[in-house]
Amino acid sequence: MTETGQRKEIRAAAELKQLLTDYYHELDSAHESGQKVAWCTSVGPAEVLRAFGFRVYFPENHAAMIGVQKAGEKYIPVANAAGYSPEICSYLTSDVGAYIQRWTPLDKTYGVKSIPKPDVLAYNTNQCRDVKEWFSYYSREFNAPLVGINSPKYIDEVENMYVDDVAAQIERVVRQLEEITESKLDESRLEITVRLSLEATRLWKEILETAANAPSPLTFFDGTVHMAPIVVLRGDQRAVDYYQLLLEEMRERIAACVGAVDGEKHRLYWEGMPIWGKLRALSEQFAELRTCVVASTYCNSWIFDDMKESDPVRSMALAYTELFINRSELAKERYIAEMVKRFKVDGVIFHDSKTCPHNSNVRYGMPGRIKLNCRIPTLIINADLNDLRLYSEEQTKTNIEAFVEQMEGA
Amino acid sequence: MAMKLFAGIDVGASATKCMVISEKKEEVGFGVAKTGIDLAGGARKVFDDALSAVGGASVARIVSTGFGRKNVPFADASKTEISCQSKGCHFYFPKAIVIVDIGGQDTKVIRTDAYGKLTGFKMNRKCAAGTGTFLEEISRRLDVSLDEMNSLATRSAKDVEIGAFCTVFTGTEILARIREGVSREDLAKGVYKSVVKRAMEMDTLVGDVVLTGGVVAHNKILFDMFSEILERKVLIPPEPQFTGAFGAALYALKEPEQPRSG
Repeated sequence: MTETGQRKEIRAAAELKQLLTDYYHELDSAHESGQKVAWCTSVGPAEVLRAFGFRVYFPENHAAMIGVQKAGEKYIPVANAAGYSPEICSYLTSDVGAYIQRWTPLDKTYGVKSIPKPDVLAYNTNQCRDVKEWFSYYSREFNAPLVGINSPKYIDEVENMYVDDVAAQIERVVRQLEEITESKLDESRLEITVRLSLEATRLWKEILETAANAPSPLTFFDGTVHMAPIVVLRGDQRAVDYYQLLLEEMRERIAACVGAVDGEKHRLYWEGMPIWGKLRALSEQFAELRTCVVASTYCNSWIFDDMKESDPVRSMALAYTELFINRSELAKERYIAEMVKRFKVDGVIFHDSKTCPHNSNVRYGMPGRIKLNCRIPTLIINADLNDLRLYSEEQTKTNIEAFVEQMEGA
Repeated sequence: MAMKLFAGIDVGASATKCMVISEKKEEVGFGVAKTGIDLAGGARKVFDDALSAVGGASVARIVSTGFGRKNVPFADASKTEISCQSKGCHFYFPKAIVIVDIGGQDTKVIRTDAYGKLTGFKMNRKCAAGTGTFLEEISRRLDVSLDEMNSLATRSAKDVEIGAFCTVFTGTEILARIREGVSREDLAKGVYKSVVKRAMEMDTLVGDVVLTGGVVAHNKILFDMFSEILERKVLIPPEPQFTGAFGAALYALKEPEQPRSG
């Protein structure tokens, strides 16, 4: 048993650290070993890039690490001074600012001194336009080609016309990559990569769904750490292996009735971005309040179970278009209501992330509708994913504590 | 046999308040002081002041609240000011109410049902506009004390719009209006009106609205303005600055709990 307020460590974390260390060192030495590096947005066409033999680097993972290391406040102003507004994505501004100052969080965590230079950059705007602007900056900076998919946005139902559009754009990316690499796409390699992505994503889904148990064996905060392989190693056998290990540990916890939060009394759903620099503090506060944040839209966003080895391009188009962040308010509301039921939560916390409007679902009345329709309390926290200057520690703590008091019948 | 007492201590951003009550929920003593750097010392002082009026009584239980609630080492438990305001206000108005609590550094809208159960709340964003700190800053711009600003505003006969989305920018806006020749009375009224509007943007204030908090206690004009804008009389508890401390004292009386650490 851990003391109340402490994070319960996951045994597989040591394996994860090694896996990510290897991943970043491989990227660091890619050019020396004659391999090419592609940069990819976190839900961009990673499978296609891997099928072409690229080592794939994800700036969003890098930016999240800047947030975790609380370095945003130092580097965001550097990007602001270079003309990137404090109002836009703080992943972008903290990452660009760190690059301008030639600093990387990879050094402290993995002993890697610099980010890998791109030979090509590939984006998908299914998340937001900021990722395209972010990649455009580096495309100019490294004089590297930029390819990408401009996704149809705010979709209610994922109709065929949308999937056709995205599939055609993926085909175009393939043609562009064939020109850039002067090689043909190895279709069997793409099929294998898509199969590995699917296997990893299914395991990730199973892991997240273990949280439907009471007590939940994992928290949202654990999820934000252990999601790294599904982001950076999608389409790689090592992600599959890692998630088998993690799933086994979660099943052990369920069998032994071990909860991630000792004495779990309340269960919450987290909607919106993590506050990367405050994961530990928030995790400890919730544990102290015997409240487990069991599930989140954010961690669920890397479940792509519509991928099909037999139809890789079209199934990727479907998987990357039906993404939560790419959907209409109506579709998002239905999804959250379904999660509330599935994970049997007592309340929903909405993070209004100042610089991430696309992943802040509080601005068109959603919390009020969820409260009314799901008959559970909702709370809005005003903060940001990486810019801690937009975070008020005392206000947030009081809000969370009062929310728990409300659930306890204050 | 000595009377059994219960205390609530509200360590707010601007003022620290203590309310001591009897088992019959009657006020038997209170204390108030400006919140300084020594939160625990300030809490002790207002607690001692509150007890000075009561001879030979023992305090059975103390609950702390407010932003400094975790800095009261002699408290038995702590509760957020949101729950305490809810409890304190519902005692005076035992029905479904919407509480607007305007404090030194934040404004809250708190909903309580007919049974006194907290059903929802909202707090202002990370911004002091529309709070006590905002009024203090603007009173400096108008070169009047905070106490004078209320009476100054009551003498105004004209409506002046003040933005009040940011304390600093409102200060600049005030300077521009002074240059235009707008009177201090009208500016003061405009500033109070902006405080009301700021609170009204936070939530829909339907039903019975209760005003509370130190800013309400010291600026009676807010009562008139809320009533005028909402087109119905709003409610004010007997001592709006003390409803948080009173609510904490009611918690102290109600249930024994394990104190929370941290």
